[in-house]
Amino acid sequence: MGPSLLAELPALPLHTAGKYVAAAYIVAFVIVLIYVSIMAVRLSRIERDLGELLQALDERDAGQEPREQVSEASGEVLSQPAQGVR
Amino acid sequence: MSTQTTASERTTLNTLKSTKPGLWATVSALLRKELLIELRTLESVPGMSLFSVTVFVIFHFALHQNTVSGDEASGILWVTLLFAAMLAVNRLFVADSDQGGFDSFLLAPVDRSALMIAKALALLIYLLVLELVAVPAFGLLLLGPSLGAAMPDLLAVLALADLGLALIGTLVAALAVRTRARDLLGPLLALPLLVPVVIGAARSSSPLMAAGHHGSMQVRWLMTLALYDLVFGLISYAVFDFLLED
Amino acid sequence: MYGRGLRALSFSTVAALCVAFSLVFFYAPLEAEQGFLQKIFYIHVPLAIITLCGFVFGAIMAIAHLRTGDQRWDMRSYVAIHMSLIFAVGVLITGSIWAKGSWGHWWVWDEPTLVSFLIVFLLYATYQPLRFSIEDPERQARYASVFAITAGAFVPLNFMAVRLSSAYLHPRVLGSTSNLPAKMGFTFVICLIAVALLYATLYKYEMTAKHTRAQLRALRRRVLSDETTAPRRSFQGSTAPGLRPSAPGGVLKMSAVRRPD
Repeated sequence: MGPSLLAELPALPLHTAGKYVAAAYIVAFVIVLIYVSIMAVRLSRIERDLGELLQALDERDAGQEPREQVSEASGEVLSQPAQGVR
Repeated sequence: MSTQTTASERTTLNTLKSTKPGLWATVSALLRKELLIELRTLESVPGMSLFSVTVFVIFHFALHQNTVSGDEASGILWVTLLFAAMLAVNRLFVADSDQGGFDSFLLAPVDRSALMIAKALALLIYLLVLELVAVPAFGLLLLGPSLGAAMPDLLAVLALADLGLALIGTLVAALAVRTRARDLLGPLLALPLLVPVVIGAARSSSPLMAAGHHGSMQVRWLMTLALYDLVFGLISYAVFDFLLED
Repeated sequence: MYGRGLRALSFSTVAALCVAFSLVFFYAPLEAEQGFLQKIFYIHVPLAIITLCGFVFGAIMAIAHLRTGDQRWDMRSYVAIHMSLIFAVGVLITGSIWAKGSWGHWWVWDEPTLVSFLIVFLLYATYQPLRFSIEDPERQARYASVFAITAGAFVPLNFMAVRLSSAYLHPRVLGSTSNLPAKMGFTFVICLIAVALLYATLYKYEMTAKHTRAQLRALRRRVLSDETTAPRRSFQGSTAPGLRPSAPGGVLKMSAVRRPD
């Protein structure tokens, strides 16, 4: 089958061959695009995780600030008797 | 059965610890242990033999033919031997992994490649014993032309192909045994690696099974097999140590 | 920093690909036998060559990993093999399209290069299942490196073996790169360079992404574990706004009042 097929293989008419060539190049392009989109999904996940971390840090700071004010107030109160004693 | 295993392992370990043995002493000790275990438990070779005979029967029904010859015969024989070998590969390191054999081996002051060589030799012996059963069974059940005249050539092909199966089988078995899906990964890893062995073996044994007068074997397929065995033997020897570390 | 130079690399890849494809369609002459269909050659063969190089690089980096024990070599090896696997899918699909256009069948066993590629692809497709079925990360890396080295050595042997087994069939059309006329040869080389740059860009992209994820995980461990441990440690270590350093007495009182929560 091989040699005879090769002998009678003409240059395929442009409109037929064109589809195959286009398909091949499009496939290569699409594979790269699929990869890029997968990376985009990962990137958005990283962004979301970073956002969560920043939020956690913010919450922690917010949770510490009122307590910090309280403790400073109590610190002042506590230190006053010492001053008073002095 | 497990007590017998540990007893023989203990004996080996004591022997190895008393002196610092050379490579071949270690290999022969390990090989003796392997063969002893196989003789006592009979878990690989009978199963492989039964498997191959059953597969020949299945091929008869699947192909709907009474006899085969030439390329077809060669293909059937080698595919069957290949999958029977996979059965042995799956079992090769299981006892060591499950019963702590790796640890006791690692403690001994011996060259670690000895384990690879011993296991490969053991697998080779299993395959040779398998073929003592499978090849006559094949000749009886499915093969059209007689095998007698072609025997010396066929033996050469069998020997070289078995060596390739043993080397690659050992490497893959060591890789797969401590993963989660060891029964699946073993064949999955081994089969692509064994394609050149199948090519060499099938192409060289095909003229030996030709209908009518059997043709002469082409030496270049034997060369291919030998070269492949050599390269993979060297590679397995080089990387095997890294599989044993823990 | 893996991301450094990524921008320059990606721009040069885009430029190279544009030049390469322009050459393919406007400069390279039509081939006598296959006509326009032969243009697939300029994307299929460079992809194949780069894929195989990627597998070999993966093996080389695996050797470096086993020799030095540095986990970064393992990551590089993993990414190289992963990228090559993706490109291999492209090779198989474009090769199949070419086969369909040339001989009317989506798959032909007569093309040894394509068949060898399929076998290599099947082998490397087990790389990730192998990795992810081993839990211990150090052992996972080691076993993966052993696999990468074995498979890398297998690639050339496989090609030789498969080519040997189909030597009697008709001369290979897909794989022939010898005696190309000058214009086609030049176009081919430019395409090869462009695809190599594409591989390098995607490789660097993946490495940067992996590294970023690893840094994020480390950051998360530090932030979240800091919340559950003594506040003094977080006070000393953090640069978060709102925690003003105060006098030592104040610090003591703060830690006395605040309970870790």
